[in-house]
Amino acid sequence: MAYTNGNMVKSVDWITIALYLLLVILGWFSICGASYDYGDMDFFSFETRAGKQLIWMGCSIVLGFVLLMLEDRLYDWFAYILYGIMMVLLFITPFLAEGTKGSYSWLKFGPVSLQPAEFAKFITALALAKFMDVYGFSMNRLKYSIPVVGMILLPMILIILQREMGSALVYLAFFLMLYREGMSGVILFIGICAVVYFVVGIRFAHEMMPDQCTSIGEFVVLLLVLVLSSLLVYIYSDKNKIFRNILLYGLSGVVLAYLFSLYIYPYNVVCFLYVECAVLIVYLLYLSYYKRITSFLYISLFVAGSVLYLYSVDYIFEKLDDHQRIRIEVVLGMKDDPAGAGYNVNQSKIAIGSGGLTGKGFLNGTQTKLKYVPEQDTDFIFCTVGEEQGFIGSSLVLLLYMVLILRLIVLSERQHSQFSRVYGYCVFSIFFFHLFINIGMVLGLTPVIGIPLPFFSYGGSSLWGFTILLFIFLRLDAARSKR
Amino acid sequence: MKKDFNLEKRKYVLGASVVLVVMIYLIRLFMLQIMSDDYKKYADSNAFLNKTQYPSRGVIYDRNGNLLVYNQPAYDITLVMKEVKHLDTLDLCQTLNITPEYFQRRMKEIKDRRSNPGYSPYTNQIFMTQLSAEECGVFQEKLYKFPGFYIQRRTIRQYNYSSAAHVLGDIAEVSKKEIEEDDYYVRGDFIGKQGVERSYEKYLRGEKGVEILLRDARGRIQGRYMNGDLDKTPVPGKNLTLSLDINLQQLAERLLEGKIGSVVAIEPSSGEVLCMASAPTYDPRIMVGRQRGKNQLELARDLQKPLLNRSIMGQFPPGSTFKTTQGLTFLEEGIITPSTTYPCYGGFLHSGLRVGCHAHPSPLNLVPAIATSCNGFFCWGLYYMMGARKKYGSVQKAMATWRDYMVSMGFGYPLGVDLPGEKRGMIPNDQYYDKNYRGYWNGLTIISISIGQGEVTATPLQIANLGATIANRGYFITPHVVKEVEDESLDSLYTSKRYTKVRKDHYETIVEGMRAAVVGGTCRGANIPGLNVCGKTGTAQNRGKDHSAFMGFAPMDNPQIAVSVYVENGGWGATYGVPIGALIIEQYLNGSLSAESEAKAVDIQNRRIDYGIHER
Repeated sequence: MAYTNGNMVKSVDWITIALYLLLVILGWFSICGASYDYGDMDFFSFETRAGKQLIWMGCSIVLGFVLLMLEDRLYDWFAYILYGIMMVLLFITPFLAEGTKGSYSWLKFGPVSLQPAEFAKFITALALAKFMDVYGFSMNRLKYSIPVVGMILLPMILIILQREMGSALVYLAFFLMLYREGMSGVILFIGICAVVYFVVGIRFAHEMMPDQCTSIGEFVVLLLVLVLSSLLVYIYSDKNKIFRNILLYGLSGVVLAYLFSLYIYPYNVVCFLYVECAVLIVYLLYLSYYKRITSFLYISLFVAGSVLYLYSVDYIFEKLDDHQRIRIEVVLGMKDDPAGAGYNVNQSKIAIGSGGLTGKGFLNGTQTKLKYVPEQDTDFIFCTVGEEQGFIGSSLVLLLYMVLILRLIVLSERQHSQFSRVYGYCVFSIFFFHLFINIGMVLGLTPVIGIPLPFFSYGGSSLWGFTILLFIFLRLDAARSKR
Repeated sequence: MKKDFNLEKRKYVLGASVVLVVMIYLIRLFMLQIMSDDYKKYADSNAFLNKTQYPSRGVIYDRNGNLLVYNQPAYDITLVMKEVKHLDTLDLCQTLNITPEYFQRRMKEIKDRRSNPGYSPYTNQIFMTQLSAEECGVFQEKLYKFPGFYIQRRTIRQYNYSSAAHVLGDIAEVSKKEIEEDDYYVRGDFIGKQGVERSYEKYLRGEKGVEILLRDARGRIQGRYMNGDLDKTPVPGKNLTLSLDINLQQLAERLLEGKIGSVVAIEPSSGEVLCMASAPTYDPRIMVGRQRGKNQLELARDLQKPLLNRSIMGQFPPGSTFKTTQGLTFLEEGIITPSTTYPCYGGFLHSGLRVGCHAHPSPLNLVPAIATSCNGFFCWGLYYMMGARKKYGSVQKAMATWRDYMVSMGFGYPLGVDLPGEKRGMIPNDQYYDKNYRGYWNGLTIISISIGQGEVTATPLQIANLGATIANRGYFITPHVVKEVEDESLDSLYTSKRYTKVRKDHYETIVEGMRAAVVGGTCRGANIPGLNVCGKTGTAQNRGKDHSAFMGFAPMDNPQIAVSVYVENGGWGATYGVPIGALIIEQYLNGSLSAESEAKAVDIQNRRIDYGIHER
């Protein structure tokens, strides 16, 4: 080995390790709370969920230690080989797996079940890092960007074939890393807009505004188009006046139109918004032509594209087969359980809301124990934190995650090699995405996509997956000065 | 390495978005946990009681609208562990008429997470199921003494007739495996286990509803959560109309009394199964309620296997009924013409091999060969087909062609009837013989398949379907027992025609032969004046006494019914097969039996075949 253990102790980032240990231990207490039943309960008995998690944790810490002791160059050398092996494994998994709850992603090894998809994340990250670690790499050259996107999409598609929508969507997080590495911000912006339009447009398509005529989904999306385009005008030109005009006249027009519909004659306000968008497009084209500002042309294209996109999404969604539509509706939380739409999220909000400021205390939560909250020790584990530890506890956990994720940015930026930095940003992106979706869904803000909360959710595969992901980066970071 | 400082600024964008998301979530947490008090109220320690509303299961009618299966109220006793206090176990046991040991065992089972994964001491757990109204009435009066115990109303199945048990099937509590496969079910739910109850489970069960009630800390119901906005009303199950004619079914079961066998009748024009009887059978009423477990075990242990629906699960040599398929194949393949004659002097004789036959004029052509059920004729036919090297190239290819004909007529694979557990029968192929005879075989080796013996087996349903195919002159519609599902259209499988590989005019020749069998051949017993019955007997050799079989249809033109009868160890086809088939045809076409026929029916009903005490 190129360094001594003494070096390691000095160079490894102890702050991250401390955050990691803290989160894992807090996670274990939450699992105790979530799986606890009054009466005979022994957390250290390996029969219980808490006891099993203890084994996973022990293994993870050993695993982390081993990863730190390995030669850092190993990760460069084996990146492609591991990626190849993993893709084959992902491909054959659905054929070997026994279906559980409609997904075919679990492989059984005697008493232990593992989910290869959880380990594919760090392997994909390594392969991406290796591929992007070349002189002259640029996201603007198709020679580089097409393989990169392919390397991200391949595992995604294979995981979708295992019917694991949630795990597959995580790979979209890599685009955050690509953004840092030079992908145009416009692509990220358009991508995020597309997702937001889709989710809002479909999710609220059949819920009505108080005037009973206007669909919330279309209304909100078109309003967003208006506001975003005015912001774009603000950013890409110095014409503050035009920005003000668009925002002011546009919004006041909408408010008036809505009030008219609410009090005088109910009609579909969305029609008015379509007209307003058309006017906006014409206005921007006029400006771009007479004032010779090309950005206005692009912004008008953005408005037109947004409107067309919304229209076609609605149209395509209505034309989809029933079972495909239901899949999407389930992901968006429009359809889930026997108690009707929104039941799960309602239950989770009640559990969190009942926590109050200080919570009910460790093991004293009632909502999560009455099995009202589904998946209470996996995807919905944050409910237990909210209920038992209250606002203080849950915000503390949130802030700990924030510190960890920001720390990952700091560590990534201090890397000398492109390999380590790209890998670091991959780790950052994955943690951020998981936090964003998981907590958001528990709080009823994002669609219900079943992905675990790192270090908190019960399960060996996910804990190991995140541990490996993080500790490889710590190992690379410890060796930064000589890379 | 070169650093792109323009790109490095992007770390601030990423960092800011992290902070932004966390801030939004913190605000949301603040709103949920501090600003609003509603959630706390809802979550008061035992806030919710999710009360499942069970839908009524669809009822079942026969083709004439007679109600066969309906629902009757029954009661489940449930308990919430945490609310059980100061329980007088002995009093409870006496009231419910159970032993204290049973009580202890049930309590243990409920608490055991391995057998009851959804256990929580705060929610309703099933203690006993399917109590009758009387049993429950006693308990209801004393309910105040047993806090934590509840009564939940449900329905159980009830039957108007004691027949058609195999087709109707039954329902019982879901098994652990079934819960894992379909998360619609929870412990204590009922699911169809056999018959149409199983195959149409998704339609019959309806959809469960749920009522979400709010409770205070003492468990008293305070009202509905969110005014019932999240409640769901149950959707009742769909009613089924079977294609069975219950009168015909009852007659068939009567005629099979004391015998082992099967009677299947099909309406050729629609593929609807008119009756499907399998003997021995049982009364469907004994498979209801808490006695089901005990009775089911007893039936399962019976050596004669009354639980087996022989009509679709029994695989028998079809015997001479199979000769019709051979005649059709030889005609279509040009091996014979209707006027081709083969000699048969006491059987088929070739290089030392002999397949015996009975006395009849010889040589003869196809129509009299069917009428007299000549073995020799069909053996020669198969011998020449397998030997036609010029036409097929090899015996393997000839065999493959032969098999394609059989498969096109519905043999060798499950037909696809809408009942669980259908067997495929056996139509051997050339690989099978290559393996068994190590490649050295020819038409002579396999000659017995031409007369429905040897390796060939079929289910009684397949034989009845053969009758329907001949009646239709060349096609069949997949047999099915459900004629109509309320508000749903039938699967296209049960409405579309499946053509065989044989032309219509060849069928006319076979029909002629089957008619001749009734008028002056082996089926004379089925010659009912005015009904123009066509038929074919079967006498299938096996290890014991011969099986008696019959396959036929009527009337000859515009057929209304095709029927197959199979009586194990019944002797000649004419002994049981023909008279039972004739009675079934008469009952269906005339609506009743003549006095003379009724006397014959009673006679057959009273005849017993001694099967000894072997497992069957």
